[in-house]
Amino acid sequence: MNDKLNFETGVKDALPTVFGYIGIGLAFGIVGKTSGLSVLEIFLMSLITYAGSAQFVMVSLLLVGSSIPFIMLSVFLVNARFILMSTTVAQYFRQDSIWQNIGIGTLLTDESFALSMNKLNFTNHRLAPSWFHGANLVAYLTWALATAAGGILGNLVGDPKAFGLDFALVAMFIGLLYLQMITDRSKAFGFQVVMVVIACALMYGLTIFFSDNVALIATTLIGCFLGMVVEQWRSR
Amino acid sequence: MAITMKVMWAIIGCGLVTWLSRVIPFVLVKNFYLPKWLIRYLSFVPIVIMTALIMENIFTHHAGSLPTVNLDNLLATVPTFIAAIISKSLIVIVVVGIICMALIRLVL
Repeated sequence: MNDKLNFETGVKDALPTVFGYIGIGLAFGIVGKTSGLSVLEIFLMSLITYAGSAQFVMVSLLLVGSSIPFIMLSVFLVNARFILMSTTVAQYFRQDSIWQNIGIGTLLTDESFALSMNKLNFTNHRLAPSWFHGANLVAYLTWALATAAGGILGNLVGDPKAFGLDFALVAMFIGLLYLQMITDRSKAFGFQVVMVVIACALMYGLTIFFSDNVALIATTLIGCFLGMVVEQWRSR
Repeated sequence: MAITMKVMWAIIGCGLVTWLSRVIPFVLVKNFYLPKWLIRYLSFVPIVIMTALIMENIFTHHAGSLPTVNLDNLLATVPTFIAAIISKSLIVIVVVGIICMALIRLVL
């Protein structure tokens, strides 16, 4: 990664993340197809809803015949973390037009969020809309095409898991987390290790009582609060 | 290539809900100053949320019992993490992760 913030660099910086979208996108397409969705429905869901893991939730709820309001509520809960990520990213675009802001927010993903947080450490804490649009568009198009491809392949291929592609997403987050820890100089490395340990403990503890998605949001809300407390205590 | 009405409404409704969660914060932050404590609070979002997303793939929730370990993912996490320390390159980390997972599934 370098300090360039143009569209092309955004596209280039996002390339390592496409494996994650392809792996999970193919899996989603196959799951969607085998759950009775048409390829067109899968493609439109990826283009319009564009909600990653929440799309799996939609398919499983549609399959058991849940009502539309209930499906919407579930999707909102699964994606509530976007409120925190968008608020974090938006601070870097206050000077840009409202349309640029809406454009960035519309296609924001976990991956482009994590990527942008890494990028900050190379650009003296600046981001630019064109860079973000580049990274977001790579993600959007790859996701839509991968899910449609998965739908077309449908029952033809076996389990996409056999090729290890589903792990691409986890591997990417491991990479982005580690790179974030070694490049973010606003927080000491040791302190960041402490934060990772706290987040792991919270996530495990909360997963005992709550579903993964609720645990994820609760971990983020409580973890950030504990981070503030520990930071305050360290600076005494 | 059929689209049922129900699926279409689900796609539109969920799309709206997701879009609003993504965009409203941008509109609010653009128009209002965030208090200092909130900016400090948000500075922990990246590290906490990335850790939680990784953990979500390693442990699975079960109602009424302890979370179970996803052994494949846990095993593949170790070489992937080592690849991160050695290479410091996202593309290398992801490729090592995929290959390790394919090998683990082949053996287990």
